[in-house]
Formats: sequence, structure tokens, C-alpha cells
Amino acid sequence: MNAPHLPRMFDGLVAVIRRDLELAWRRPGDVLNPLFFFAIVSTLFPLAVGPDAEQLALNGPGVLWVAALLAALLSLNSLFLNDYEDGSLEQMLLSPQPLPLLALAKSMSHWLVSGLPLVILSPLIAMSFQMPARATTVMMLTLALGTVSFSLLGSIGAGLTVGLNRGNALLSLLILPLAMPVLIFGARTVSLAAADDAVSAGLYFLGAYCMLALTLAPFATAAALKISNE
Amino acid sequence: MWTFLHKLSSPPHFYDLAARMIPWLAGSALLLITYGTIAGLFFAPPDYQQGDSFRIIYVHVPAAYLSMMAYAVLAVSAGIGLIWRIKLAHAVAAGAAPLGAWFTFLALVTGSIWGRPMWGTWWEWGDPRLTSELILLFLYFGYMALRAAIDDTAKADRASAVLALAGAVNLPIIHFSVEWWSSLHQGPTLIREGGPAIAAEMLWPLLAMILGFSLLFGALLLARVRTEVLIRERRAKWVRKLVYPEETA
Repeated sequence: MNAPHLPRMFDGLVAVIRRDLELAWRRPGDVLNPLFFFAIVSTLFPLAVGPDAEQLALNGPGVLWVAALLAALLSLNSLFLNDYEDGSLEQMLLSPQPLPLLALAKSMSHWLVSGLPLVILSPLIAMSFQMPARATTVMMLTLALGTVSFSLLGSIGAGLTVGLNRGNALLSLLILPLAMPVLIFGARTVSLAAADDAVSAGLYFLGAYCMLALTLAPFATAAALKISNE
Repeated sequence: MWTFLHKLSSPPHFYDLAARMIPWLAGSALLLITYGTIAGLFFAPPDYQQGDSFRIIYVHVPAAYLSMMAYAVLAVSAGIGLIWRIKLAHAVAAGAAPLGAWFTFLALVTGSIWGRPMWGTWWEWGDPRLTSELILLFLYFGYMALRAAIDDTAKADRASAVLALAGAVNLPIIHFSVEWWSSLHQGPTLIREGGPAIAAEMLWPLLAMILGFSLLFGALLLARVRTEVLIRERRAKWVRKLVYPEETA
């Protein structure tokens, strides 16, 4: 009665996400370090600029967004590195599962491990920047959409640089210019919310960008992985 | 048509054809640029608002135009190379990148020099075009850095092609987002779209300069691609024949 279980389309995706989450759970440092980085960078700014509350409130959205992008970038470099070194990346390339879906799984687990904790931590830091409650909600929304896009975009760069031993600085050079629309819309939308302005345009844009990245980036990442592993 | 394209994509044939085309392109570029420079600097009337400082557009506008054109050439040839695996297309992409970066740099520098008397600052974040040119320059840098970081040419070609295409999808979005961002700034609106209707004596030199710069770009690109082809085909027989004619004769 039990038909032999044939692997289905999303099995690989689920398996990769599950494995990555388990790995992250067993090595909590990998998750926590970018978070600490995020917190420390956001502390550097008030220390550099001065404790003036008005100025902090004005610069808060931008500072938070830059810090979040840098923190997400920090963990991007190792997105495929461990898999590349222990050979599981090659197994993914050889597996009959569609590679774009596996790439999507890698981006999703990257977001779950690095993006989502950032979103959860951000209100605490926003509070220290005197951000009003509505702006904080908007900021969490924009950060959620923005970090998903960034995880997806970044996976293209990580795929391209995976075999290179000096990939770290290169990755930032490749990805940050591409991520600028996300930064612009994210930070401006939060600023608008802080000034009690309409925010729907920015949110729609971030949503649209996120959808576009979800649709195209996995294919680009798959192509990149194939090229850098041939 | 197809046989022509097929022949074109063969390196030795391209090498010869490009050598024959370069003098024509460079020569007509020289003519047009000479005319544009003289007419633009001496015969075009000064702008009623900006005086003589508007004359920098004769370098600035063609450079800015080519900075984007070069990226289009880069992305299209990268796409062709990636899809049909034509090596020559990758060589074109590799040759277009530094040229595009230089034109972008030129556009930024001239824009900045022009901005000094006009806006009173060397750099104005409020102008969307200036900002997106800067991002374009970073895109070029990223592309060239990725290419330089990969030792294997075929791999570098394909990896950088993926990046070029991702950049091409992103460029309009970047431009749009920068525009949206700066429109909220309520920046100085000294720069007016078109300004006063441009006089014919101003327009003709500008068009000549744009065309001249494009032809110059074509000539430089072909020269670069020829070198690129020689490097890539250095082990091929026809290159040996070219370099050591007496050996095979």
C-alpha cells in the first residue's frame, strides 16, 4: 500500500531550510554575531554624532538601515562557503532537485537566521533613537521586506564569489550598489513615517522589489553557482 | 545575414575587420569632435542664464550618454555571450567595461565642475542624475573587480555576465529610486529641464559631439576588443602566424 516515496519538487527546499536552521541552532555564534554587530554599529553613530536627541531622531532611520544592511552583508559571505568546503554544495548541484529552488531555500534560511532576528531586535534600537511608535512599526515592516530582498540579491553575489579566496570585500562591491534602491526606499519610508507622512508608496515599492527579487534572484543565483563550480 | 554574423564571431575575421574599421571610425570621430569643439566653444552664443559655463555640456552630455550606452553594450553582449556562448561577445563586454567606467568618471567630473558655479557646490546629493551616475560607476567597478578576481577567463566571462545582467535589471530601478528620493528633498531646482529652448547654434555642435563621442567609443572599443582577442587566442594558430610570420612561412 505504501507507494515508494518519490522526491517531490519542494522536498529539497524544505530539507535545505531545515538543515540550515539546525546548523544555525547548533552554532548560535553565527546568528548572534551579526546581531551584535548591528547593535554595536548603531551605538557607534550616537557616539560619533553626539547625544542630541533631535538629531538622533532625524538620523535614526538612516543609521538603522545602514547598520542592518551591513549586518546582513556580514553573514552573506558564509552563505555558500561551508557548503562549498564540505562538498554539500556540489551535491546540491548534482541533485535532481531544481537548483533555483535550492538557491531560494538558501536565501530563505539566510533570512530566517540573519534578517528576521534583525527585524525583531530593531525596535529596541529604534527606541534609543527616540523613534515614535508608528515609525517603529513601519520600520519593522520595511526592514522585513528589505532584508528579504537583500538576502535574495546577496545570494547572487555570494554564488558568484563562492570559490574565490578573497571574496569578502569583493562581495560588498558587487552587492551594495545593487541594494541601493532597497536602502533608499527603506530609510526614506521610515523617515516619512517619523514625520507623520504617507508611507504607502515606499512600502508598495519595497514589496514590489521583494517580489521581483523572489522571482528572478533564485535563477540568477543558480546560474552563478553553476558557473563558479564548473 | 546569419553567415555574416557567424563569420563576424570568428576571432581572426573580426580581428581583420576591426582593423579596417577603426581608422574610419576614429577619423570621422575626430572630424565631428573637432567641429563640435570649435563650434561649441567659439560660435555657439552664451546661454542667457548660465553665460559661458554652459559650454561644458559639450563634454558632459556626450560622456553621460556614453556612460549608459556602454553599459547597454556591456549587458547586451554579456547576455549574448551567456546565452549563445559566443566568446567574442564576452570579449566585447570585457572591453566595454573600462571604457564605460571612464566615460562615467568623465561625466561625474564635468558635472561636478559645472555644478560649482551653477549650484555653488562641487557635489549636490539632491540631483538624481549625479547620484545615479555615481552608482553606475560603482557597478562598473564591481564588474571589473569580479572579472579581475577570477583567473580562468571562461569562468570570469560567465560570472561577470550574470552580474552585468543583474545590474541591467537593477539600473532602471536604481535610477527611479534615486529620483523618488531626491524629489522629496526639495533640492535646488536651478537645473531646469531643457532650460530655455536650445538654439540651433548650440544644438548642432552638441549633436556632433554626441555622435563624435559615440564613434570614438566604437573605435576605442574595437581596439580594446582586438587586444582582448589576441590575448585570449594567444595559443591559436592564426595568432602565432601573425606574431611570427617568418616561422610558418
